Amino acid sequence: MSGETKFAFRTENLVKTYGQGDGQVDALRGVNVEIPAKEFVVLLGPSGSGKSTLLNILGGLDKPTSGKVYFNDIEVSAMKDKAMTKYRRHNVGFIFQQYNLLPSLTALENVELVTEIAKQPLPAKQALEMVGLTDRMNHFPSQMSGGELQRVAIARAIAKQPSVLFCDEPTGALDSQTGRTILNILQDINENLGTSIIIVTHAVATAAMADRVINFADGNIVDIRTNAHKAKADEIEW
Amino acid sequence: MSSLDRKLFRDLRRMKWQAIAIGLVMALGVMVLVMMDGLVVSLEETKKSYYEDYKLADIFAPTQAAQSQVLVELAKIDGVENVQGRVRGSILIDMPNSKTGVLAQALSLPNQGKAQINDVFLSAGRMIAPDVANEILLLNSFADAHNIKVGEAITAIIGGQKQQFNVVGVAQAPEFLFAAMPGELLPDDTRFAVIWMQQRYLEDITGLAGKFNEAIFLLDDDADTTNILTKIDDILDPHGGYGAYGVEDLVSNRFISEEIKGAKASAQALPPLFLGIAAFLIFIVISRIIQAERQQIGLLKAFGYSSAEIGRHYLKFIIIIALGGAILGSVAGVYGGLELAGVYQIYYKFPFLEFRVDYQAIFIGNLVSVVAATIGGSYILKNIFKLNPAVAMHAATPPDFSKSIRFGSWAKRLFNQPSRMIIRTLLRHPIRALGAMIAIASGMSLSVAMISLMASFDKSIEMSFEVIDRSDAMVNFVQPMPIDVVAELSKIAGIELVEPFRAVPAILQNGQLTHKSLISGLVAAPELNRAVNVEFEAIPIVETGIILASALAEKLQVGVGDDLTLKIRSGARPTLNIKVAAITETLVGSPVYMRLASLNKILDQGELISGVYIKMDKSQQAAIYDELKSTPYILAVSITADAKAAFKKIMDTGAGAVRYVMAIIAFVITFGIVFNSAKIAFAEGGRDLACLRSIGYTKGEAAYVLLGELAIVTLVSLPIGCVLGYYLSFATATAFSTDLYKIPAEVNFESFFLASLAVVVATIVSGWLVKRNIDKIDLVSVLKSE
Ligand SMILES: Nc1ncnc2c1ncn2[C@@H]1O[C@H](COP(=O)(O)OP(=O)(O)OP(=O)(O)O)[C@@H](O)[C@H]1O
Ligand SMILES: [Mg+2]
Repeated sequence: MSGETKFAFRTENLVKTYGQGDGQVDALRGVNVEIPAKEFVVLLGPSGSGKSTLLNILGGLDKPTSGKVYFNDIEVSAMKDKAMTKYRRHNVGFIFQQYNLLPSLTALENVELVTEIAKQPLPAKQALEMVGLTDRMNHFPSQMSGGELQRVAIARAIAKQPSVLFCDEPTGALDSQTGRTILNILQDINENLGTSIIIVTHAVATAAMADRVINFADGNIVDIRTNAHKAKADEIEW
Repeated sequence: MSSLDRKLFRDLRRMKWQAIAIGLVMALGVMVLVMMDGLVVSLEETKKSYYEDYKLADIFAPTQAAQSQVLVELAKIDGVENVQGRVRGSILIDMPNSKTGVLAQALSLPNQGKAQINDVFLSAGRMIAPDVANEILLLNSFADAHNIKVGEAITAIIGGQKQQFNVVGVAQAPEFLFAAMPGELLPDDTRFAVIWMQQRYLEDITGLAGKFNEAIFLLDDDADTTNILTKIDDILDPHGGYGAYGVEDLVSNRFISEEIKGAKASAQALPPLFLGIAAFLIFIVISRIIQAERQQIGLLKAFGYSSAEIGRHYLKFIIIIALGGAILGSVAGVYGGLELAGVYQIYYKFPFLEFRVDYQAIFIGNLVSVVAATIGGSYILKNIFKLNPAVAMHAATPPDFSKSIRFGSWAKRLFNQPSRMIIRTLLRHPIRALGAMIAIASGMSLSVAMISLMASFDKSIEMSFEVIDRSDAMVNFVQPMPIDVVAELSKIAGIELVEPFRAVPAILQNGQLTHKSLISGLVAAPELNRAVNVEFEAIPIVETGIILASALAEKLQVGVGDDLTLKIRSGARPTLNIKVAAITETLVGSPVYMRLASLNKILDQGELISGVYIKMDKSQQAAIYDELKSTPYILAVSITADAKAAFKKIMDTGAGAVRYVMAIIAFVITFGIVFNSAKIAFAEGGRDLACLRSIGYTKGEAAYVLLGELAIVTLVSLPIGCVLGYYLSFATATAFSTDLYKIPAEVNFESFFLASLAVVVATIVSGWLVKRNIDKIDLVSVLKSE
């Protein structure tokens, strides 16, 4: 990388609280972080520490209680509904903890749902090819396995060629072989398409693949480290 | 096709039964509107063209007798386009199957050519040939009722002599759409006969050679009717004019107009009700369907779909269902209206039907349907759009049961876990539960009102014939007779009670308001034909003053104690002022009562009576009728039982028939509402049920959670439905009442019971249908597709 570092994301004192009074939960307690563009970032942390919450806010799915989020120096946290929709539509892709496919659409149609509104999408079929699902593309979600569903979700997320891809435990429910395939795909996308990838995982070993590893606990960042050498997905031990 | 559209069609297919149920309820609402409005518009148009095509007179002016030269004078009145004189008489027809014979009205047709006013519609046979003495046309409905065919002869008794007439044609005319005996208020085809014959022959029979006793008028379009009526009366007064009246006072026209008005009133009152309830249902259902889509909406937003795009998608979904139903309803309404108009056409004796589609009703029906659905949907969408996608996507409504009641240890013992789930679900969504209850209750209230309406019609008949008129027969005399005949008639074996009456034509006037009517002079405390108050208790016929039917008092805008001008149109035709002594409730017609003695005093002709009401021993009725028939001064005997049967028939075949259709529609709507409630509860709770099943609950236990909710909602809605139905019954009874007969609201236990039963049955059937869905839940796919 040359010149000054370009940040994909920068946050200032990001706070998110749910509920109030007795039942109040502080999911994020003043997070300050800078994430450079085109990096492969791994977010680690115990359950309930606020990882999904942070991802949702960065991706424009949720609003912080206070604090700011910048994407390429544009303040996401200040966006109005319309701008936010555009941001989600053109810049970010999501792979959710649950697969979140529309049950009434086939695998292919689930992907097309996104490619139809994106600016420069990959053909839906090509996206499914990348995740190795060409033969199941006319199946409905109820007819597919967890791993297949997750791959459809990935295809759907990458098909729009987003500049950032958020993955919330994409391999959580998968066996090691399938998990590796998916990490391979993600790494591929990161390296070949220059897509920033921010991935939440409980699989600590995944950290070896990352440019940057953020450790999260109790609503805030504990430490951030960068890897001098990135491992290939195939090399990871589970 | 875009993926969203594909989703749309798949979702519609998935929800097809529910979509169909919603669509059908909406369709019924729209159908009732389109049908009733189409019916009314068609009847009005038909009546109008029939009147115009067959030149129904604008004014009728009966007299005792007038020379035909008077017509020249009448024609000169400003605004009169045409005037004709005709002869009207009564001829007793001897019917083999009638105990009393039938008194027919005889009307003259011009000696030459077609009638220029009050023409006849020939339904079979031919017109009378000129110069043939014994050829007649017979009224269609009478000929049908007695199966008299063209070419057959009938026997008349003229001046005590039997005379044969050949029926060369059967005909009908706009002035006889309503076939009721003079002085009676209900049509009866078997006893209402009209004979048309050439003027010269009828003149002979009636002894009116060269004269006429009824002038009929056609007026210019912009004629001043009130003014013309006065002028006609002035001219005819020396010739014994009975008082000219406009077509609006023609008995037949009044009846038909009232009936159409009644149909129109119910067309204005009922369809909005049905449509409104259907619209409310669609509003509730669509709201809940959209609410259940919340997660998917959140997901679409996460992909970057804008609120507008998502909104459009769901609006399409909503409009397909709403418009689908509305269009179906419009088509069904047009056909229903055509069918119903056909029924009315026969009933009203229109020779043809001018069917009209009421496009305005179709437009309104479709608009209401779409608007109700759209408002229901957009309201929920707007709320979901306000949420951040992350929140919306979260599994269902994050059910915050923390605020819900905590079950203490006693409650835990009382309710098992599934029962507690039911209670929490209901309490957690009080608005939703309330909406479902009100929807079911309003559907049910329709049923209550429609069943009540049936009871009301029966009550109306019962009141008319068991409380108001308790006689077995009414006897009319050829001409007023001395009151001594009462004693004479009382002697006939089997006659138990004879009560005299005098009927004289009169005009009641209060300022500009006038009403032409028959005044009945009755004894002080009648036993047979009585005046009653609102509580249906007999009121005495007071010595001074006049007693008016409530509808008439309303028309003349007078109350008890007010003065009226009374113009008697008989004898010396006195005019006097008289006080309104009491108001009487009637269900049929608008009678006017006075004490017999007082009426006779006014008339100053002695103690005369026009007829009597009689009560008799039924076992001897045949002999009694024979005896009466052979009594020379008796013109006709009307048997109350016949009148009652005729009344029942008109209520079942005319406007009254609509109530059966409405009751069926009300039941179907109720079922649709209950079924939808069950289906939606299933759609919303399906995942929970799958969870329960997956942790080892049986199908029955899982179903209990869902159906228990439905059962509670239904049970609570029953009393609400009864209360709503109670009030609705009054509204519908009023809507079905006309000036000619009144329908008292009659809400009884039966209405509540039947309507409740319908809801309970609908709930059980819907529960059973949904239970089948629960049994078929594919656990894996439901849990996977979170
Ligand atoms: N809608 C909500 N209402 C209340 N609290 C919430 C809500 N969503 C999340 N939380 C709370 O916020 C905290 C952070 O949640 P978050 O989902 O970010 O955790 P996470 O780090 O992703 O955990 P996991 O690894 O289990 O997915 C948790 O304590 C959670 O209970
Ligand atoms: Mg998480």
